[in-house]
Amino acid sequence: MSAVRIVNVTKTYTTRSGRTQALSPINVSFRPDEFTAILGTSGCGKSTLLHIVAGLEQPSTGHIEVNGTAVSGPGRDRGMVFQNYTLFPWLTVQQNVEFALRDLPMSRRKRHDQAREYLGLVGMEAFAAAHPSELSGGMRQRVAIARALSYQPRVLLMDEPFGALDAQTRQGMQMLLTRVWEEHRMSVLFVTHDIEEAVCLSDRVIVMSRRPGAIKADLAIDIPRPRGIDTLTSAELNGYKAELLQLIREEADDAQTAASAKRAG
Amino acid sequence: MSLGHATPATGELSTARRAVQPVRRHQLFHQPSRTAFWIWGSAVMAALGIVWFGVTALEFANPYFLPSPGAVWTAGYEMASTGQLWADTSESMRRIVIGFLISTALALPIGLLMGSVGRFEAALEPFIDFVRYMPAVAFVPLTIVWFGVDEGQKYSIIFIGTFFQQALMIMDNVKRTPLDYVRVGETLGLGTTKLLRRIVLPSSGPAIWDTLRISFGWAWTWLVVAELVAARDGLGQRIVVSQRYFDTDRIFFLIGLIGVIGLVLDQLFKIAGRALFRWSSTERG
Ligand SMILES: Nc1ncnc2c1ncn2[C@@H]1O[C@H](COP(=O)(O)OP(=O)(O)OP(=O)(O)O)[C@@H](O)[C@H]1O
Ligand SMILES: [Mg+2]
Repeated sequence: MSAVRIVNVTKTYTTRSGRTQALSPINVSFRPDEFTAILGTSGCGKSTLLHIVAGLEQPSTGHIEVNGTAVSGPGRDRGMVFQNYTLFPWLTVQQNVEFALRDLPMSRRKRHDQAREYLGLVGMEAFAAAHPSELSGGMRQRVAIARALSYQPRVLLMDEPFGALDAQTRQGMQMLLTRVWEEHRMSVLFVTHDIEEAVCLSDRVIVMSRRPGAIKADLAIDIPRPRGIDTLTSAELNGYKAELLQLIREEADDAQTAASAKRAG
Repeated sequence: MSLGHATPATGELSTARRAVQPVRRHQLFHQPSRTAFWIWGSAVMAALGIVWFGVTALEFANPYFLPSPGAVWTAGYEMASTGQLWADTSESMRRIVIGFLISTALALPIGLLMGSVGRFEAALEPFIDFVRYMPAVAFVPLTIVWFGVDEGQKYSIIFIGTFFQQALMIMDNVKRTPLDYVRVGETLGLGTTKLLRRIVLPSSGPAIWDTLRISFGWAWTWLVVAELVAARDGLGQRIVVSQRYFDTDRIFFLIGLIGVIGLVLDQLFKIAGRALFRWSSTERG
């Protein structure tokens, strides 16, 4: 059974300035232990798609299934890491993770320990008592990952979580995520517009066409695990990169042709 | 890397930044240091005090219009020694606390709902905006018709002058809750009440506290207005009585006292706010 199934999902936003179709019909499913990257140019509807899967946004048509059951709103079977820093500044790092466990039937002691355990997983237990404002961007995202994992969702949704980080930190975070995922296999939907990031992290890369976003390509990434820093320089990675680059460039070219045609016409 | 190392590192950073500052070509937006605050602040106050003292000592002004600092102090001492000053002060304080609490107790939930639930905003904003532009003083005759010169009249003036502003400002504070914070709560399956209590309220806490501090200052003014017009006691009423007996020195002392009490309460609000929302000051860097 698939962890997530996206069935005939489309999305059209209606605003004062008119209607924007963000997604054309999308049909795709994700296996329970699969790490999938969703790759696409800016504005193609990646966040929209992820928000729909998270239940934060309603699709205009179609529906989402999680573990075979249709869902219509957010739920604890899905965890989300956002592009922006979303740790609560009024809570400490420890309390931020415990926040996600608050309504679960467990003792205080257990909640504390479980939060601590996940902070350990991302190497942040030394900062348990710190407030988010004392942390660097990479550290904040590590805590956000711990928070999303702490309640053990079936599916982890990540919307360009490393987008705001510098190249060096970003690479460190990719390695960390790879290690965590290889230990705790689960379904991950990872949105990015960075081709290298998509390939080095995932088992599968889905390329979206420009707006209204549709699935343009669905590529299996056969790079053996465990992966490490060497993966980034491997011949396989470069092969996939070239292929994806070609696909993405077609999208960008199309966009340009369309734009100049519009200008001419 | 540890937090222990982080602090000296940022210390070095700020000294480095300070060393670079002279290169700037302008003086705008430099945060004055605490010492600068004290030195400049007290210098201006002292200068004004000296001018006042000089003008009255050289008898440039009729003491009925401008009494000397000594006369004002003596008048204050007289009022204090009969116990009357304390009675008036505590009466005014009691009124402001009750009036302000009534207003805040209503403005807080209403502002919170207006800022977070669209329907509440749509329903109440136009009305509150409308009332807000009616000067509270204009309501004084009406409140006397409704409540006489009783306590209720004082509370109602404080309420009219404070509540509508508070509700709108709190609404605005609440609206500034980052949408992503709320989304985090949603992904955790929290419902409306829990989102409001656990995310919206704490997130906008420091801003709301600031709103309360500022509106307390206004409430203080409205109280004095209410007491000036109709009351048996209180600091405002004492000013009116003093005017009747041509005790300008008393009026000076009472006005000064009202200012000092306001200033002290404002500082207390600030100190309490810093203690309550320690995270917020570090957030701003
Ligand atoms: N709430 C909204 N109301 C109206 N239009 C929206 C809304 N959210 C997104 N859109 C539009 O839908 C399209 C897709 O947006 P989306 O944020 O999903 O893109 P994205 O692929 O995540 O882009 P990026 O890489 O820049 O984050 C854009 O054209 C955007 O303007
Ligand atoms: Mg996006």
